[in-house]
Amino acid sequence: MHAEEKHIVEFNVLFKVLIALFVLTGVTVLAGNIDLGYFNVVVALLIATAKASLVVFFFMHLKYEGGLFKIMVLLAFVILAIFIGFTFFDVAFRAN
Amino acid sequence: MTHNINKDYIGAKIGMWLFLFTEILLFGGLFVLYSVYLHRYPDEFHLAGQELNVYFGTANTLVLLTSSFSMALSITALQKENKKLCMVLLIITMVLACVFLVNKYFEWGAKIHHGIYPDSPTLLERPKGEIIFFGLYYIMTGLHGLHVLIGALIIFVVLVLVAKNRVTSSDFVAVENTGLYWHLVDMIWIYLFPLFYLVV
Repeated sequence: MHAEEKHIVEFNVLFKVLIALFVLTGVTVLAGNIDLGYFNVVVALLIATAKASLVVFFFMHLKYEGGLFKIMVLLAFVILAIFIGFTFFDVAFRAN
Repeated sequence: MTHNINKDYIGAKIGMWLFLFTEILLFGGLFVLYSVYLHRYPDEFHLAGQELNVYFGTANTLVLLTSSFSMALSITALQKENKKLCMVLLIITMVLACVFLVNKYFEWGAKIHHGIYPDSPTLLERPKGEIIFFGLYYIMTGLHGLHVLIGALIIFVVLVLVAKNRVTSSDFVAVENTGLYWHLVDMIWIYLFPLFYLVV
């Protein structure tokens, strides 16, 4: 635990993450120009989730935190996924 | 003694994450609202989304990502006992936050100038789906903008604390928690950007 608390994320690691985030922003703008029908939203959300993961793991240091933090964050996102997913089941199977 | 400080350090971060979860649920609720209406009015959402300026949106995305980067760097700088660099990076983060808000001001200004704002006569003549799209646009980017503003103010407070040596390389949890808040604001924008500016 002690080693993890003192972990310093190096400049070059953070810089690589920033470059990856810029590239993914470009990809999401390009993907927005292609008409994939309903899959556009899916692709956009997948790219956004990849970007958000980079932010959470590197900028927010989650990669270097102990198991407790990882479980907490995972749990929060699972709850959010249930929240959004079940709403979608409801909406998708309504008569009108 | 050291043991107690360590316990405080972890506790402070757990507290911050718990607060961030409530923020995720707050925006999560709005995202649910967005997705349900997107499902109901896909064509109207597409048409209304075309009216937003992709260049402004992309520029603001890059600005916010860079500000997250400089925030993360400032923590590394402080941990390496480079107080001056840490302060410079915090100031850069604040300036980028202001650039984001100024962009947003021009963007909203242009829309309002064209008569598109909640409950405006021009907007109310439009189809229901478009009224809802712009309603959600103002609520969600507005609430996000408020978070950017609060974030910039907190970064300023932390900057003062670093300058006064109240936050140092051995006790930096205040900068770290401010960073966590700032990255969350960035993360929310990562989702807002494609949903509003790039709906096809």
